[in-house]
Amino acid sequence: MTVFSVYVVNKAGGLVFQYDHQKTSIELEKTFSYPLDLKLEPQTDYVTVVFGQQDGIKVGHVILSVNGKPANGRKLQDGSDVMEFIENEKNYPLNIRFGRPKLSSNQKIMMASMFHSLYAISVQLSPESGSSGIQKLETDTFTLHCHQTVTGVKFIVISDPKQVGVDSLLARLYTIYSDYALKNPFYSLEMPIRTELFDSQVVAAIEQTEKVGS
Amino acid sequence: MTVFLLHIYNHNGISLYEKEWCRRKKSNLPKEQENKLMFGMLHSIKSFVAKMSPKDSKEGFMCYSTSRYKLHFYEAPTGLKFVMMTDVNVGNIRETLKRIYSSVYVEYVVKNAICGLNEPIESNLFESKLDAFVQGLSFFEEIKE
Repeated sequence: MTVFSVYVVNKAGGLVFQYDHQKTSIELEKTFSYPLDLKLEPQTDYVTVVFGQQDGIKVGHVILSVNGKPANGRKLQDGSDVMEFIENEKNYPLNIRFGRPKLSSNQKIMMASMFHSLYAISVQLSPESGSSGIQKLETDTFTLHCHQTVTGVKFIVISDPKQVGVDSLLARLYTIYSDYALKNPFYSLEMPIRTELFDSQVVAAIEQTEKVGS
Repeated sequence: MTVFLLHIYNHNGISLYEKEWCRRKKSNLPKEQENKLMFGMLHSIKSFVAKMSPKDSKEGFMCYSTSRYKLHFYEAPTGLKFVMMTDVNVGNIRETLKRIYSSVYVEYVVKNAICGLNEPIESNLFESKLDAFVQGLSFFEEIKE
């Protein structure tokens, strides 16, 4: 099946490595006439759909481009505001492209530290003594597997719920980490891993897992 | 296999009901703070999952497991949240949580005129029905201490 992405988080909750294996991008384009039958709202990074799902456009999708011109966050390339452009009746008919928002690198760092604290809280809330933190988090679209080493480094793999053999992939990643990151004389501990050899080994391990399990 | 505890929260984080069947590790936090911590964690997990999901999700977060326990989560469309902690060997119990909502909560709290919504449940009938329901579950097994 599929492995979506891999995160390596250091013991302080900082993201030291991230790799997206599957580029899953959902994008939809539709031509609209005035008035728009969708409720849009400008949120922190993007203009987001908040109400009115239709033709595959879901709540939570964001505007990626208007009339073929890519939107840069809440602004169009020429600097005009996306919301203002859409609210203006003169600009219709409009061709808008929607899609799921992609995580920016800053957001990925934020997600990693968020998971780090969720992991710690799950230990505290345990009804049994001697519990670890979250090892497996299940949702309907993906499963997150987390392996924390004795030194506090977390290896996180996000995969399809049906993917098998993720536990051995986590063990493989730890071996790759100790062989290609820690033994690298130019690598300083707790810092982001930027080694080509490490990257290629991780990709190879993921591809092997995908071949085995379905 | 066993059931450790059940929590019910309303949409804005007020703990409506909590019951512990078997809990060996006592928390070092006061009850109220622990409830807030759990709600905060669930809220963060929900937003974490929504952002991390590679596809559009319907149900969102369902459960997580650690080495010693498993937390199951069900949120009704009204924002009512059911949280159950069980042994790690328990499988998917989403249907069970839905049944607690539809055949215990709705029957004995919503249909009870003197039970105020959005405030802690103090009905003895609800308590006994819930207890009977949970003790009747196939994976409920009391652990003798």
